[in-house]
Amino acid sequence: MTDEGGTVKKFMFVNRRAPYGTIYALESLEVVLISAAFDQDVSLAFLDDGVYDLIKGQNTKAIEIKNFSPTYRALEGYDIEKLYVAKDSLEERGLSEDDLLVDAQVVSRAEMADLMAQQDVLLSF
Amino acid sequence: MKFGIMVNEGPYQHQASDTAYQFAKAVLAKGHQIYRVFFYHDGVNNGTRLTVPPQDDRNVINRWSDLAIKNNIDLVVCVAAAQRRGILDESEAKRHGKNADNLAPGFRISGLGQLVEAGIQADRLVVFGD
Repeated sequence: MTDEGGTVKKFMFVNRRAPYGTIYALESLEVVLISAAFDQDVSLAFLDDGVYDLIKGQNTKAIEIKNFSPTYRALEGYDIEKLYVAKDSLEERGLSEDDLLVDAQVVSRAEMADLMAQQDVLLSF
Repeated sequence: MKFGIMVNEGPYQHQASDTAYQFAKAVLAKGHQIYRVFFYHDGVNNGTRLTVPPQDDRNVINRWSDLAIKNNIDLVVCVAAAQRRGILDESEAKRHGKNADNLAPGFRISGLGQLVEAGIQADRLVVFGD
């Protein structure tokens, strides 16, 4: 690993896409897992169709694509525990906190904007 | 200022790579530095030397290669994203038993840690994509 000189930055990974259909959500998760090795202050945001990434009971058998949603449950083991989900994105899709497969904080649009404003690095997928 | 640049879309299909290239040129023209350009998702397709665009069009790949070689800029293609999409350098091709490689000059293949490191080391990490 490269020496990062002890710098700790606030990284936020913004997930805006559904888990299947495009590869963005999966490849976003791959960056998140790598970032855990760099001892940074990492958080994840889920908004727009990105809220579907965290929905319970995903079954991808019919589309013959790997269901990677269990990996979100493993994030805790990497000390990545700050997950934020946009409340209105859930509601627009008829979803609620009970539909999520991990513990996440459901936040308003204004709270999400505040969180984003606090970051050093925002990566949007 | 030190800039990191991330390119998330492939050439020609999407303008992200063109805009990132213009941005990189502007950064250098203003006397700033580019810490690294990282290619991810379909952005890895910017690193194939086998593209043959029409002669009256820009050559997106050669442009990146020339910029990198002339200005000593680090162009990194994500290894995991590249393997999925068939972008290989000589050693990767050998390792996976493929009879060809296609990485363009001035690019190198490395891991996602290089992206996170760019986020840490650069003053700004600028993302180009949808």
